[in-house]
This record gives sequence, C-alpha cells and structure tokens, in this order.
Amino acid sequence: MNRTLILGGMLTGLFVLGAVLSFFWTPGDVQAMNIAGRLKPPSADHFLGTDHFGRDILSMIMVGARTSIAVALVAVGIGMGLGVPLGLAAAAWRGGWLDEIISRMNDLIFAFPSLVIAILITAVFGAGAINAIIAIGIFNIPVFARLTRGAALSYWSREFILAARVAGKGRARISVEHILPNVTNLLIVQGTIQFSLGILAEAGLSYVGLGAQPPIPSWGRMLADAQTMVALAPHVAIIPGLAIVLMVLGLNLLGDGLRDHLDPRLRVIRT
Amino acid sequence: MLRYALKRLTSLAVSLLIASVVIFVVVEIAPGDPASFMLGINAQPDTIAALRAELGLDVPKFQRYLDWVGGMLVGDFGTSYTYRTEVSGMIADRLWISLPLAIYALMISTLIAFPAGIIAASRRGRPADIGVMGATQLGVAIPNFWFAMLLVLLFAIKLRWFSAGGFPGWESPAEAIKALTLPAIALALPQAAILARVMRSSLIDILGEDFIRTARAKGLSRRQALWRHGLRNALIPVLTIIGLQFSFLIAGAIIIEQVFFLPGLGRLIFQAITQRDLIVVESVVMLLVFAVIIVNFMVDLAYAAVDPRLRART
Amino acid sequence: MTQAPALLEISNLSVEIRGKHILRDVSLSIGAGEIVALTGESGSGKSMTAFATMGLLPQIASARGGIALSGEPLLGQSEKRLCEIRGEQIGMIFQEPMTALNPVQTIGRQVTETIRIHTAMPQNKAEQRAAEVLTRVGLPPDAVPLGRYPHELSGGQRQRVVIAMAIALRPALLIADEPTTALDVTTQAQILDLLQKLVREDGMALMMITHDLAVVSDMADRIAVMNNGEIVEQGPTRTLFSEMRHPYTRALFEASTHKADLAEVDTDETLLSVHGVSRDYPVRRTGLFTPKRMFRAVKSVSFDINRGERVGLVGESGCGKSTLTRAILGLEPVQEGTITLDGQPVFSQGHPDLSVRRKIQVVFQDPYGSFNPRHRVERLITEPFYLLDSPPNGAERERAVAEALEAVGLNATDADKYIHAFSGGQRQRIAIARALIIKPEIIVFDEAVSALDVRVRAQILDLMAQLSRDYGLTYLFISHDLSVVRSITDRVLVMQAGEIVEQGETEQIFENPAHPYTQSLIAAAPQMPNYDPTSKGDRDASSNPN
Repeated sequence: MNRTLILGGMLTGLFVLGAVLSFFWTPGDVQAMNIAGRLKPPSADHFLGTDHFGRDILSMIMVGARTSIAVALVAVGIGMGLGVPLGLAAAAWRGGWLDEIISRMNDLIFAFPSLVIAILITAVFGAGAINAIIAIGIFNIPVFARLTRGAALSYWSREFILAARVAGKGRARISVEHILPNVTNLLIVQGTIQFSLGILAEAGLSYVGLGAQPPIPSWGRMLADAQTMVALAPHVAIIPGLAIVLMVLGLNLLGDGLRDHLDPRLRVIRT
Repeated sequence: MLRYALKRLTSLAVSLLIASVVIFVVVEIAPGDPASFMLGINAQPDTIAALRAELGLDVPKFQRYLDWVGGMLVGDFGTSYTYRTEVSGMIADRLWISLPLAIYALMISTLIAFPAGIIAASRRGRPADIGVMGATQLGVAIPNFWFAMLLVLLFAIKLRWFSAGGFPGWESPAEAIKALTLPAIALALPQAAILARVMRSSLIDILGEDFIRTARAKGLSRRQALWRHGLRNALIPVLTIIGLQFSFLIAGAIIIEQVFFLPGLGRLIFQAITQRDLIVVESVVMLLVFAVIIVNFMVDLAYAAVDPRLRART
Repeated sequence: MTQAPALLEISNLSVEIRGKHILRDVSLSIGAGEIVALTGESGSGKSMTAFATMGLLPQIASARGGIALSGEPLLGQSEKRLCEIRGEQIGMIFQEPMTALNPVQTIGRQVTETIRIHTAMPQNKAEQRAAEVLTRVGLPPDAVPLGRYPHELSGGQRQRVVIAMAIALRPALLIADEPTTALDVTTQAQILDLLQKLVREDGMALMMITHDLAVVSDMADRIAVMNNGEIVEQGPTRTLFSEMRHPYTRALFEASTHKADLAEVDTDETLLSVHGVSRDYPVRRTGLFTPKRMFRAVKSVSFDINRGERVGLVGESGCGKSTLTRAILGLEPVQEGTITLDGQPVFSQGHPDLSVRRKIQVVFQDPYGSFNPRHRVERLITEPFYLLDSPPNGAERERAVAEALEAVGLNATDADKYIHAFSGGQRQRIAIARALIIKPEIIVFDEAVSALDVRVRAQILDLMAQLSRDYGLTYLFISHDLSVVRSITDRVLVMQAGEIVEQGETEQIFENPAHPYTQSLIAAAPQMPNYDPTSKGDRDASSNPN
C-alpha cells in the first residue's frame, strides 16, 4: 500500500460515502427554497453556505455526487462491457475483418471531438441523465477496446499463449482463460481514470444544460446557476467546483496508486 | 514521403465521408419535424407541407444527403431553418472566434507542457519533478469551465485586468487577442497538465533506451544525450496527444464560450439546438469534425517528418 | 606476469547497489594492444565491470576501489572529464545492435557526432572522416551511403556502425559487451574478425565481455573468469585452459563442451513425415493499389523422423525454422504438401486435429514467457489435458502431475507454487513436464536451451537424454547453436532460406559437410580449444599460486 493509493482511496471514499448517506439523511432539504436565507456564506447552520434559492450547499453536493457517480460509473460499465470483448476479439483475430472494422471505428471515434458528439446526441435525443450516460459511454468503448487490444496483442506473442494453442485451445477460450486475467489490472487502473473523466464530462454537459435535468441536483448545473452570482457570492461558484476537483483528484490518485501497487509498468491511455 | 502523404490523404477522405454519413443519420433520426416545431402545434397540415417544401425537407433522404455534402464542398452549408439566412455566413463570423481560440490555447498548452515535461523528466524524482507532477495532477482534475470562472473572478472582477466577457471583433487585433486570453488560458491549462505528463513519461522511456547509452558512451553528457537523441524520439507519442488535444480544445471552446459570452460556434450551436435548427447543428458539427480530421492529418505528416521508419513503410 | 604500466588498471573494485554486492574486489589490468576476455554466466558482474570503467554505472550504485586509464583515475573523476574520455579514449560496443542506434538519425550523422563532440573538426571534414571510418568497418559509402537510417540496415551492418562510432577517434581502449551474442554465427565470425583486425591495426586494448568461452578461446590473450561479482581466476588463455585451477572455471568449461549421453536407438518406423511442405506469408502491401504479394518462408521441405529418433534442425534467424515448427505443430495451415504424424495429417479441413495434436508437444525458448504468471504449476502443466477426450480427475490427475514433475527432476509438492518461484532452468524443466504429461509421441524443442546459462543448459541436455532413454522419446531439436545440436541429436537437418539444404547423420554432417552453406556454418562456429582439462600440463612458473 502506498500513500497515493491511501489518499486517493480516502478522497474517493469520502464522496461515495456522502452520496450513499444522502439517500437517508442530508443536513438540509435540497427541495426547500428559502429566499430570505439565500447566498449565505458558510456558517454553523449551513456548513458550506446556501445557494441562490437558499438551499444548503453541502446537501446539494451530497445529492449531486449521486448523479456524478451514477453517470460516470454506468458510462465506464458501457465502455468496459463493450470495449473489452471487442478489444480481445480484435487481438485474437488480428488482421481479420473484425480487427479492421474495430481499428477503423476507433480511429473515427477518436477523430470526433467527443464533447461535440455528446452535444449532438443530447441535442438530438433530448437532454437528460440517460442520454449523457450514453454519450459518455460511447466514448469509453474505443478507449477500452484499444487498450485491451494493445495489451492482449503483447500477450499473444508470448510463448505461453503458443503453448495453450498447442494444447488445442481455441482463440476465444485462450482470450478468456489466459489473456483476460492478465489484462485485469490494466483495466482496473484505466477504469478509474475513465471514471474520473466521466465525472468531468458529466459536469461539463450539465453545465451547458445537457446533463441531468432539474430537479435532480448536479454539480455542473450548480456551477451554471452560480455563474451570474460569482461577484456577489463567490462561494456558490467555488464550492461545487472544488467538489469536482477533489473527486477527480481522488480518483486519479487512486488510479495511480493502484497502478503502482499492482504493476508500475502498466500502460494506460491518457487523453 | 509523397506516397505516405497520399495514403494519409485517402484515409482522411474516407474519415470525412464516414463522419458526414454518421452526422447526417443521427440528425435525420432525431425525433420531431423541424417544420412542425417552427410553426407550433396549431399549424395547419398544408402550411407545414409548404414550409417543408421551402426548407427542402420533402426531397428523398439520400438526395438531401448528397445535396448537403455537395453543397459543403462548394462552401454552401444550406439555409438556416430559423433565420432563413445562409448557414455559411452564420458560421464564418463565429468560426473566427472559435478557431483562433482553440489554436491560441494549443499554443499556450504546448509552450507550458514542453518545458515542464522536459524539466520533470531530466530531474526525475527530484523536487522539480515532484513539483511538476503535483501541479499536473491538480491540473488534470480541474474542469476548464470552472477554472474559467475562477479566472473571471480574479482577473476581471477583483483585479480588473481583463473584461469579464464579450468580444470586440478583429478590427483591433490586440483587443481581440486580449479578449481571448483568459478563455485560452482556461482551456489550455488542464490540457497542458496532460501534455506535460505525456512528455515526461515519453522522455523517461526514451532515456532508458539503448541508443541513449550509446550516445553517452560516445562522450555526450546526460543533457546533450537528452537534447540530441532523446527529444526527437520522445516527440512521437507527444504528437499523437497534441492531435487528440486539438479535438478536446475545439469541444472545450464551445463550453468556454459560454463562460465568457463569446459569440463563437458554441453559442451558435446551443441556440440552434434549442430552436431545433438542425441544419445549423449538422453543419457546425461537420465543420468541427473536419477541423479535427485535418489537424490529425497534419499530425500524421509531422510523424513522418520525425520518424524515418514511417516514411519508408509506405 | 605483470606487464609494465598497463593501459587500464582496475584495482580492488567493489560496487554495491542498495546494499547488494554487485562486484567484489575486482582487479584487472589490460595493456595496450592486448585482448582480455571477461567471461562468466549472467549476473556474474562482467557487464557491470565494463560500465564502471566507462563511468556509466547506474546512479544508485556506489563504487569503491580504483580504475585508472593511462595512470589517470576514472573512478570519482568529474563528469565533465569523463565525457571527454568516453568516445575519445574509450570506445564501447553493445550487445543489441537493433536498439543501439538512434532510429531517427542517419548513420552518417551518428558517426560524425563522435568526431564532432571531441574535436573542432568542421562538419564536412568530420563527415569525410566518418566515411573513412565506415569504410574501415566494411560499410563503404558507395554501398551503404551515410544518409541511410538504422532501420534500413541488417543487424550485422548496424553492429558495424556501432563499431565505427566507437573507434572513430582511435581510442586507446575498446570495450565490447557481448558484441556478437545477438548475431547469427556467420555474422558473428565476421564481426570477431573485424574487431581483431582493428585491434591489431590500431594497437588498441580490447576488453571483450562474453558468456561464450568458445568465442574468446582463440581470440583473447588473457581471460578472466567471473562468478558472483568476483574474478575467480585469470591468466593467459593457454595457461588458463590447460590448468583451470578454479573449480568454477572447470565447471564452465565442462558444461560448454558437454556431450549428453544418448542411448542407441534403432528403429525404422516413420513417426513424423513432412512431405513437400511450403508455407507462404502475405507481404505488407507497398501501396494502396498494389496487389497482395506472398513471401514463401518454407519451400518444398521434405523429411521424415522415425520413432525414437533425435533429430536436429539448424539454421540462422529468418531461415524459416520457426515457420516450419508452427506448421508441424498444426498451428497454421500449409499452402503445399502434407505433414503427417503416425500416418494422420496434423491439419485437416481447416482445423487442427486434436487426436493428432495430442501426440506432439513443444518446449519453447523463453523460460520467462512460457507460462501464464497467474496460474499455479499444477494448472500450467495440465493444460495439454485439454487435448484428451476424458482427462484424468482427482487422484489420477494428481498422480499424473506428480509423475511428470518427478520425471523432470522436480518435486510433486512444487505443483502448488506459482511460476515466479522458479529459476530459469527449473522453468524449462516445468515446460518439459507440461510437454510430457499427456505422453506425446514426439516433442519439439524450439531453441529450448538457448536462453540458459551453460551449466544449466548441460543439465537440461542431460535430462533430455535421460527422457529419451527412459521413455524412448522422439524429439525434434531446433537450434541456431551448432555445438548443442551436435551434442544431443542423431541426425541433423540444415535449413537455409526456407529450404533444407542438407540432411544426414549428425557426426557425418559435422565431420564432412557436403553443402557449401553447411560448410560455412561449421567453419564460422567458434570452437572450444582442445586442451585436455584433466592433464596437469606444464605449470606456468610465473603464475602466482595465490
């Protein structure tokens, strides 16, 4: 265990805990408006102050964490669920039609500005958490496919794979039995990184109004709402941003720590 | 080299073709008819039909696709459903904000990342490296639009060095660049953090290569070996990231424009989305994809300039 | 025997890395014009001695003792001065020519750099000088222009470029760290000749580092044998080989000349039959519209292996032996011809036939890459059970595992360990156990001892001979190393550019090669000297008994 791993785990754990806790209890009511007590700076009553409707910001952050985590987690799930099998298959039948199609698609999706396409998707099919998940998830597929394919290929040239083939095992079986267990560490580390990118992407989409819609609280929209009040009450803009930074930082540290812990030579994709 | 360029050019054309099909299809399957949307729910069927004819929506889909692509090839992006003006005209003005913004940000990002990455790699494990890595760890975690808000808060509201937003136009280039400076920094810093990390790890990899040892055995100092043999080799993965980053900067520009009230493509596309002006959405997205694909083509050419093995392999 | 002021004087050099002793009290001197070989197994500290001399030890290493070049101390010398010395007074050649050159710079520029960094010579003069040096190492600019990039040259040519960079300024000392280990035997002979020629012409001192006693036996003036970071014995080549005072030296020598004790076999029942086999590969397209071209890696190869026979297949890299191996194993289809095992084709109707496949197993070269690091030994060696219709279960399975492990000299209790708990030699034993477990008719040993140190190699060869005796095992032994093939096979096939150019009884071929290629291979292979290690001989009076 290294310090990076512990710090990252603690930061991430803090937000997950807050999100889980928010299902049962929050310091204030995130629905109740209190115009008289609006834009109050942090105090004993409201630990992180109140927003422009007088809602408790800490409560908003806690409930907002649910949205962020859910969107990013499902998006990573989509990316892994589809990307990993595709990458394994592309490596197993290297140079085949599947490999060709997957590489082409990868190149293409990488050429598209991801956020622009996310905007296109949410624009066409309507703004909302589900479409945000799909839009972010789609861009996780090629990341995992490319990562898995590359790592798998480096194993396919190893002699233990040749030995498995001499033992009569088919490519699909070898992929599951021999390749997948060997790329798991890499997938865990990349998954953590994609999780953090998902949090950022969700915040960005919510900020421009294409993410989760009211009344579901989200960090990105808290920032959008705060924008006009920056001069008046800076804490309204600073606190949700800090929440994003700390959560993403925590996940990135967790990813780095896991990599150092599992295998420092792991090669992840960072963009 | 020429063959390499031609080959990349072919793949560029293919990418553009596929991109145009994808965008067209996605927009086509969008629920809701622009004509009925524009006329509201109380519109008569014949007025809708008339408007559909006027907008060219009654033509078969395949024909519409060909018209759209053919038009774009000669600079005709069609007519906006909402404003009934040429889309190309609407785009042209705004492009001259978004594109310079992205390029400006790319320059800042590269100018910060290269020295930071090189310093960190050459002083690996020492305070300078730890400092750079810590800063990049933070930089990667900061959402650029929030960073933009902080910049506004500090430099526009508190210090009053810059205006909080808006764009004075290119009549006075100095003023225009000044107006784009805060947005460009907001865009560039998180990207610089990533680029610096890539530069560092790429250089560290290269410094472990056998040919660096050969260079040292010739009598080159550590520093000389890094500059003469390390850097150019380390640039190969860095170029990939620069290419990818441009795509992020273009997208990021759309959001940052919201923070600074810049009348760029971002503003245009969000307006178009709320008004279901799909022809504008379609064309702006296609244009952005086009810009990204062109940049990646240039990155491919830069690869070949850096790496002789690529030139030979075609 | 001490030569008056030696050029390089290493005295009591000790190196530690993180508290671990890498070198201990190493003392060695090399005089001008002298070739001194530093030999030993991997991890013996021979390369570290070279890097210490170059002042290129890893930064975490700490060194004590003394290294002096022409009286000037090198250890503790300022980095600036060391940079001046490196390349000008000491040149160095490395093992891997494929990675030793900067891939994005022309060879001319890389050779010129050595000259320019140490002298004030103008660019055009330096280039001219580089051309001369490259000509000297056998790369005249009219054949190999200065503007070539490393990837456009062969391994041997690249090694020549590295040599040119090292000798461009006629250094007093040249250090060669396994300079021919990565090269084919014929290329190796050429590079060794070149090095000797350069040393004689320039009166250079050469520190030659190699694991291969045969390579240095007829080239070095003196030999120092290293083990565990210490020089256990050193002396003039002749004296060293005839005396071999230290048991380690004797063990090395014996292992290098080891001949496995093969039992006589006498069968004429054909087991494996390769008939008119050709294997094509698509060549990378040169352009978008150029038609696909094929490269024929194996050309109409035919041979038979009888039951109980031990057959060798020799050839240099790229000759097609790996491709042929994969075809025999039924991993890839062939374009022409047939491969049958016990009368049945190994590859039929586009699918490998499992009932045939269970009769053939393989042992690969790399003891570290041959096993899935995430599985236990038990699971690793039972993988071939997949080929059986009803694989053994429970106690029967355990018995099979124990039997296979014991057959290769390991314990049944090793079954529960992971592969990282084993050394390279033990891993090759496990690989053999994996091949044996389904009792195949024939085992293919694909460079199976090439990655091992000589003493371990000798043990594995003995194991193979024993298995052949105990189980009547048939094997095909594929190797680039002629002396090993000679020691472990009855019959040998010689492969060149996809064709079997000669085949016959092993001793017959080695004594009387008929094909010019075989002749050149045998002539190029370094020979161990014929000193009798058991005779006490006439002791060199001047050598110090301590």
